[in-house]
Order: sequence, then structure tokens, then C-alpha cells
Amino acid sequence: MKKYIAACLSAAMILALAGCSKEDSKTDATTTTAEATTEATTEATTEATESETEASESETEATESEAAGDVMTYADYAAADLDTEVTIEAYVQAKQSWWEDKATVYLQDEDGAYFCYEMACSEDDYAKLVDGQKIRVNGFKSEWSGEVEIVDATFEIVDGNWTATPVDVTDLLGTDELVEKQNQLVSFTGMTVEASKDADGNEVAFLYKWDGSGNEGDDLYFNVSINGETYTFTVESYLCDKDSDVYKTVSGLKVGDTVDMEGFLYWYEGVNPHITNVTVK
Amino acid sequence: MRSLSFFSKKFHSAARVFMSTVILMSVLTSASCHGAKPLDAFDVPDSFDESRDYDITFWAKNDTNATQKNIYNKAADDFMALYPNIHVNIRFYTDYGQIYNDVITNIATNTTPNICITYPDHIATYMTGESVIVPLDSLMEDGRFGLGGSEVKFDSPEKDEVIPEYLEECRIGTDHYALPYMRSTEACYVNKDYVEKLGYELPDVLTWDFVFEVSEAATRKNDDGTYAINGQKTMIPFIYKSTDNMMIQMLFQKGAPYSTPAGEVDLFNDNTREILDGISGHAQSGAFSTFKISSYPANFLNAGQCIFAVDSTAGATWMGAHAPNVDISEDKIVDFETVVYPVPQYDPEHPKMISQGPSVCLFNKEDPQEVLASWLFASYLLTNDVQLSYCQTEGYVPVTSKARKDQAYIDYLSQKSETDALHYRVKIDACELLLNNTENTFVTPVFNGSASLRSAAGELIENVTKSSRRKQTIDDAYYEKLFSDTNSLYRLDQIETKATGNIKDLGKLPTTSVILLISLGVTWLLIGAYVVYRSILKKRM
Repeated sequence: MKKYIAACLSAAMILALAGCSKEDSKTDATTTTAEATTEATTEATTEATESETEASESETEATESEAAGDVMTYADYAAADLDTEVTIEAYVQAKQSWWEDKATVYLQDEDGAYFCYEMACSEDDYAKLVDGQKIRVNGFKSEWSGEVEIVDATFEIVDGNWTATPVDVTDLLGTDELVEKQNQLVSFTGMTVEASKDADGNEVAFLYKWDGSGNEGDDLYFNVSINGETYTFTVESYLCDKDSDVYKTVSGLKVGDTVDMEGFLYWYEGVNPHITNVTVK
Repeated sequence: MRSLSFFSKKFHSAARVFMSTVILMSVLTSASCHGAKPLDAFDVPDSFDESRDYDITFWAKNDTNATQKNIYNKAADDFMALYPNIHVNIRFYTDYGQIYNDVITNIATNTTPNICITYPDHIATYMTGESVIVPLDSLMEDGRFGLGGSEVKFDSPEKDEVIPEYLEECRIGTDHYALPYMRSTEACYVNKDYVEKLGYELPDVLTWDFVFEVSEAATRKNDDGTYAINGQKTMIPFIYKSTDNMMIQMLFQKGAPYSTPAGEVDLFNDNTREILDGISGHAQSGAFSTFKISSYPANFLNAGQCIFAVDSTAGATWMGAHAPNVDISEDKIVDFETVVYPVPQYDPEHPKMISQGPSVCLFNKEDPQEVLASWLFASYLLTNDVQLSYCQTEGYVPVTSKARKDQAYIDYLSQKSETDALHYRVKIDACELLLNNTENTFVTPVFNGSASLRSAAGELIENVTKSSRRKQTIDDAYYEKLFSDTNSLYRLDQIETKATGNIKDLGKLPTTSVILLISLGVTWLLIGAYVVYRSILKKRM
């Protein structure tokens, strides 16, 4: 009888161990399943996003086909009321940022320039937005702190390539005409670097963030003057990061340096160019 | 200028916060699947080993404000003078979203800081990882190293000197996972001159009806297209900075559902739609807009282009004709009297306003001594020196009664001035607003996903405002789609709740588990049978 019970107990133990062992296997399997689920979810999400993007592209194509005859000239666009739907065609001059299927870009044609803020754009399409590429954009005209921009936009790539030549607007600084060049690729010549005050009250040639509270990698702010007037220019860190030539050049500026600059005529409560190139004379 | 291109960065931050949450969930899920060993739960050591050196990292956040940065540096220096063996390394941020992103990235690699400035909503997400965040109850109450502890080398406040409402905000579930550091709320900064010019008298408590009525009156234009009230081409009478807070406060004031502590999302309801309907009309007439759509309320207020500007009390130094900080050129600033009110109310007899502001949390480490060192610095941030110097940089209030009772603070509040930046009257009025309404503040329930829900709440207002300005049709179909899209975009339908409704059904027990349990049962049965058999045999013998 003892042997019989011992055998039963052993059998039960073996079964239990087998159960544990199988449970481990199951755990592995579960792990794999979880991974697979994660992957599947990711893929599904990606696929869904791609599908949405495709759908969005289809919609965009449909919209653009319908709107093809309604492409506005720059003059039409400039005259359009804020919060109205606009469709324009222009050429990519610079890409500022891409995040989560949204691209912010500077566009320009022979007549004027556009700032497209967070335009719907897949990562693949963002790669196609090379300098000079022509695109058709449909969105809403908006204004934020004086910066006129196109928001909630979609786009499609169309045939055409053109790159703007910077127009020198140094003489327009301080005039009402300057705003007509908003968002254009422009240049400034013979300006002098003026002192800014850092967080400790020291005079410096540039600041990380507007009051010096930032760190390397943040936007750079620097003052430049001409004809007795001082203006604040910016190296926008998304447009030109800390590894860019312009970021390094501005980081090395000295008060009193004479500089020539190029950049995009961004607006924030007044002119505030996003500088992309600086030459110290 | 405050922050050129801030707008674009603001949105990137919001998007990144949202995506980071999703990524964190994947990373943590993946990590747990791969059997990554979580840290042991933290126990307060019996003693603090001062024979060793500790390097602790503090991720701090300042409001793009160099003075705040200097205060953090001074706090670290003063602390290190008391504890020479603890080296505090500060990394500065100007954006909560960026801290959140970086924390999430570093959780996956076990390279989190020791201490960071954060919001409870974010902590709830960090806590998705096991033992990532240190519960602070045992530390706070420790007789030696806790708040007011006998062995701390600074004048630490006692636990009961921390404002109870603010400490409660740091409780997630049953434990506290943060210490409050600074607190603020929202204020409505009012151009009193314009209100009176329109023929109105400011009431004791602003109501939504009053604000919208005056705002509508201010949209009247002259024949030349300028606004009658200011003679300018621009006038947005009512601008709200944080539409997340706007929606949340409107719902809370109405006693309407938003979410439950268990994580159930109740945002999409008839009250919400009623609120949005009201906003829609005022957005279409041009009486109302938002920061995201138009720009900083302060810029419009100071230029005489806004009458009611709602922003944080922690932004008070930017508000008013004599504001120490300005973003617009001096020639655009108009002179007017600024009055500081709590946010508009539905029920003036029972005002409700949101409580906000930074807290600090501790990240768990393998070495409990290192955690204790980081706790000592975190609690040092509650000393009067740090509290009083930091709160004076903006419209923050100290989080301890000990600091509030300090004569230096009482003197500070009594010296209001229109010209002295430190004692800027609007800033101190904003502080007093919160000091007088601490019991009227509230916070929303915190759970993994509550940060997304906040964003969704604001996005509803942003979308309706934009659509109204664009003269789009806002009807049943519009709301149905808006609610559905928002729910989906912020993955609110994927939030797992502690209530019964949304918890995942784990399904039937796996077969192997059933076998295991049956085997164990059989084993015990056989053991029992053997014992009975043996006892029967003994009796027979």
C-alpha cells in the first residue's frame, strides 16, 4: 500500500512539475505572444497609420484634383482673409521640423513666401521634400503673433524645381514694407553684433533662449544693429541645430563683429529672422 | 522677447509627450516580457552613511527664467555646504514635456535622474514600471531623516506644515509619490478701463456669462473697420492660454463628469457639448480665442487688444501695462489698470479653480543610501530659503505654512508696487488670489492616461474654436466626429481602469495551470488519505 501511495504521490509530483515546466514554457510562449502582440500592435498601428496616410493621400489627391483649378497666386493668397481655406503651389526652401507625421517648412515662389506649420506629412514624404521641390498645399490661412502661416494643411508633390536667391532687405529694416517679404529667404549685410545681457547681467554676444536661461542646443538669440537700430535675430534650433555651421558661428560671435547673414524672414511680434547662415567679416 | 517660435515647440512638446506615453508602454511591456529585473522596493536605511560620497542628479524646470535657474543653483550649493559628501548635479529644462520624454527614455535604460520636477499625471505614467518611483510616506515620516527629522542638517518643515491640499495632490492610490514644490493656479487678468468704458462694472466674482457678455460688446467695430473699444484693427476680448484647464474647470464648476479616480473617461458628455456650443458662438463672433490659435494672452492684453486674459498666476510678471517682462515693443503697450481675478465661475458662491505647479519625485536606485541622499535634497527644497526665493520669481505660492508664516514672506506680500519688479503688484495680487482660495482649488484624478485626457479636453476647445472661426458647420454630426476622433487620437479608449468596466478579461485559466493545480490538489488528497489510512491501521492494531 505504501508503495502504491508513494507511486501516486510521485506521479502527482511529476505531474505538478510537468505543469510547472509547461507553465514556464507557457510563460515563454506568453512572452513571445506579448512580443508578437506588441509587434502586431505596432505593425497594425503602422499599417493603420499608413492606411490613414494613404487614405489621407487619396483624399488629398481628390481634394487637390478638385482644387486644381483653384490654386491661388501669391497675390490671391496675400489678399485672402485669415481663417479661410487656401491652396497654393510653391517650392520648398527649407525644412524646419518633422514630428509624428507633421512637417513645418518654408516655401517660396517667384512672388512671395509661405510658412507651412505642421502640415500633414509622412516620414517618407518628408524625405521627398528636398530643397527646390514644388508642392501643392491646401490648408487654412492663419496668423500667430504676426506670423502669417498655413495650418491644418495637406500637400502633394508636383513637378517643378526652383530655389530662391536671397533678397537683401537690410535697407527695409524698420520700414512697413519689410512685412511684405515675410517668410522669404533674405539677406542682411554689414550689421554689427551688439551686446545682450546674460542671466548674471554680463554682456555677451548671444544667449541660449531669450533671456539666457537655456543651454547649448536651445535657440540662440543675438542682437545686431544698423543705422542705430538694434534687432533680435534667432538661430532656430529645429531649423539649424547645434551641429550646424550657423549655430557654431553664432556661438563664436563677439560683440562688435560685423556680419552678413541669410535666413528666413520669420515674424514674432515684429521681425525676427530665423538665420541660417552668418559670415563674419 | 519671451520665446520666439515657442508656438511650434509647444506643439512638438505636446505631441512628444503623447507619443512618449505610447512608447513607454511598449518599452515597459517589452522589458517586463524579457524579464528585466525590477529594483527592490526602497526601505529607509537605519542610518545615513556620511563616510561615502554620493552623486545625485536633479532634473529641474524653470519658466525660461534665469533667476529661477540661479535659485536652483544656490539651493544646491547651500545644500552641499551642509552635506559635503552629496554632490548635486542639476540639469535644467524649460519644458515639462521634455523632462517627461527624457525620463521615459531613461526608465528603459535604468538611467533615470535621482530627483526630478514633475506633475503627478506624469508620475502615474512613470509608475507603470515596477518600483521606478519611490513612495515617500516612510521617508516623510521617518523620525531621523523625514520632514522635521532629528538628524537632518537644515530647518526642515514638519509634515503637517506642508499645505494638506498640496500634499494630497501628490498621493497616487494609497501612497504619496511626490513632494509639492511650488503651487499656482490660473488667474483672469482684466483690463478694468475697457470694461468700464463698455458700460460695465466689475463684479466681486467673474462669471462666464459676464465675461462673454462684455467680450461680445467689445467686438463692435467702427465704420473704418477698427474696433470701437480701442480704435485698433485688432481686438480679441477674451483669450485663454490653457484650454485643457479651461475645459476641466468648466466641467468641475458644473459638477459635470470628467474622469474617475479609477481611470474611467467621462469627458464626452452633454455638459461638454453644451460648453463647446457656448464657446463656438463666441469664437465665431471674434469674442474668444486661444493661445494656440492667436498667441500669448499677455501680448494682446498689454497692447490694449484684449480685456480678459486667462493665464497661470505663474505668468503674472508678463501681465499688465507695467509688467516687468514684455514680449512686444514698448510703443505698442497701452496704459490701463490691471485687475486680477480668479478664473470665471458658474457659481460665484462656490468658486472652483485648478491647482497646478511643480512637484518633485524620487527615482528608485539599487543603493538605498543614494535614495536617502536624494530625499535629503528633495526635502531641502521645502525649506523657507528655497521656498521664499523661488516663489517670488513669479506668481507662485510656498507649499508650506512654515514659509507662509515667515515674516520675510509677509513683508514681501505687503510691498506691492507698479514699478519694482520684485514687488510687482499684479504678481503679488495673483499670489494672494491663490493664498485666499487654497480651499477652493482642485486637481483632476491621476492615473496612467490622465495626461492624455487633459490634452484631449483642451483639444476639443481648440477644434471647436478653429472650426467656428472658419465658419464650418457645427452640428450633431460634427460633435459625433469630434468626440470620436479625439477619443481615438488620444487613445482614451485604451486606458485600463481599476473599475470593473474596462479591466481586461484575462480569460480562462491556461490548461497547464489547471493541470498544476489539480496535481497539487490530488497530492494533498493522497497525503490526507494516507494519514487517514495510517490512523485506521493504528486503531486496528
